Amino acid sequence: MSGLARMIGQRLALGAFTLLIVSMVIFAAIEALPGDFAQAILGQGATPEAVASIRESLGMDRSPVERYFAWLGGVFTGDFGVSFSQLSFQSQYGRTGERDIVTVADQLAPRFANTIFLAATAAAVAVPLSLALGILAALYRGSIFDRAANVGTLTSISSPEFFVAYILILFLAAANPIFPSISKIHADLDFWERLYRTVLPALTLTLVVTAHMMRMTRVAIINLMASQYIEMARLKGVPRWRVIVRHALPNALAPIINVIALNLAYLITGVVVVEVVFVYPGIGQMFVDAVKLRDMPTVQACCLVFAGAYILLNLLADVMSVLTNPRLRHPK
Amino acid sequence: MGFLTYVVLPLAVLTGLAWTARAGFRSIAGPFGAVFRAMPLTAAFGLTVVTLYVLAALAAPVIAPYGESQVFDEFNLFPGENPDFLLGTDQLGRDLLTRLLYGGRNTIGIAFVTTALAFLIGATFGFIAAVLGGWLDQVVSRTVDVLMAIPQLIFALLLLTIFGQSTINMILVIAVLDSTRVFRLARAVGGNIVVMDYIEAAKLRGEGLGYLIFKEILPNAAAPLLAEFGLRFCFVFLLIAALSFLGIGIQPPLADWGTMVRELSIYIGYAEYGDWQAASLPLLPAAAIALLTVAINFTVDWMLDRYSGLKD
Repeated sequence: MSGLARMIGQRLALGAFTLLIVSMVIFAAIEALPGDFAQAILGQGATPEAVASIRESLGMDRSPVERYFAWLGGVFTGDFGVSFSQLSFQSQYGRTGERDIVTVADQLAPRFANTIFLAATAAAVAVPLSLALGILAALYRGSIFDRAANVGTLTSISSPEFFVAYILILFLAAANPIFPSISKIHADLDFWERLYRTVLPALTLTLVVTAHMMRMTRVAIINLMASQYIEMARLKGVPRWRVIVRHALPNALAPIINVIALNLAYLITGVVVVEVVFVYPGIGQMFVDAVKLRDMPTVQACCLVFAGAYILLNLLADVMSVLTNPRLRHPK
Repeated sequence: MGFLTYVVLPLAVLTGLAWTARAGFRSIAGPFGAVFRAMPLTAAFGLTVVTLYVLAALAAPVIAPYGESQVFDEFNLFPGENPDFLLGTDQLGRDLLTRLLYGGRNTIGIAFVTTALAFLIGATFGFIAAVLGGWLDQVVSRTVDVLMAIPQLIFALLLLTIFGQSTINMILVIAVLDSTRVFRLARAVGGNIVVMDYIEAAKLRGEGLGYLIFKEILPNAAAPLLAEFGLRFCFVFLLIAALSFLGIGIQPPLADWGTMVRELSIYIGYAEYGDWQAASLPLLPAAAIALLTVAINFTVDWMLDRYSGLKD
């Protein structure tokens, strides 16, 4: 048991190390910005006072290493700094009245919840659906269903997300107004109303992810069914359902968990385009807007959230496959 | 009815064309014809579509009725409103059919250049790492690990924020990010070749690194790299389309399919009033993207099948 704990500990440490390196890369991004940020934020018509005030609030007088640790410390306590557009506004007009500074974290938090809601809705439908379809395609390999599924999923994978999204909008929102084509989500919606407005983006993600996941599940199951112990079980006359439930399924868990985690990680990138199509107020939308404005603190925060989620999902897949597959616990 | 004319009919025509082309090539005697005799219809379809796209991309200046950025007085024309502008005009008065043709030329051309650049970088480093090994291999491999720990689209967005949004920057950023995958493949394939006796013999003859890579490893690694090229092209093509759709990829005045989808998306609401021609305008470039990637996937699928079949 201690061996298992140590192995999982090692994986976690590796994951934490990767996250640290990634955070360094993301922080280095702001250092690589050409020119003086203060000048860049304010543009051509900046007054010297405004430039000085921004330099001070960015901590430009300290060394990059010092600033990295200050930034990292902030990230751990949920403080991603203040966005360039906010800084620019304040330095031009001063702090207006009683209003608090809107930090990146303040903007990020509600959007993060929205994105998680969207991804969770898509995953809740896509995971069981694609597992069932993938297993069916593997069991009836070479049948009409399998071949049709092969062509269908290949088409769906090859299509850009926005193609799927606009087809859905055309038929389900524009021609027959069943669902809204723009997802107006705000905090005081009840669960069902929120779900109703999330249907189209979630459906788009589901269609794209299901195709991937189904193909990978199919391959995993086909590889498994070709192994010798399955053939042995068949030859000694074990009924078909028992072969699947008793012999195949326990061994299929590890590859299937891997497939799910990989595709959830894929959802992370898919979410960016889909959120923009449906004007869904999530992190993806915020990220793209910040990139267009070259608003570094916001870009860094979004990037860190996406990369962190990606690394965590891959880590989870790693740990889960060690847990479900005893063979991996004893290397070599 | 519209669905039959605009979706089923073109696909049926393309499939028919693929069928005839395959039948034509099959009748050629010898090994060239034999390749086509064993070809499934999906692969024939893929090859036909890819050929048509390449021809259209090359001949765009000849086929297109007007110049790429030629502006007319009639802006925001609907499809069919004026016979001179078959698909209508955009918000600046540019002919949409022309933009669609040039968009294909630009998007395919830029994606091709990017993929080629990614292969140049990735394969060079991969083969060098495979031949030399040691600390160089370690340094490059760990750098690639870090680059691959962040999803590509996210990393591309971060890098484009730093370097600024321009078409050249996008090509360079995507080429570098995508070369990581090529590096992994080239290093793995190269690693299998490096242990062969003929490499040992070449080393003992005193051949240099360049000779080993270009004369010994590259010819033996060509088949898997070529199949990978198709898949990487699809990926890069979709990534560029997505970035352009987000407004961060190919920049105007160059026409491209991703940007066209976003700009035309406002027309989709006309489906409510029964104007399906206008409503399906944004779907044209989107479907063009999807059709090409499907076609390449079909072709690569077949090539991989053939390649693995030859190995057995």
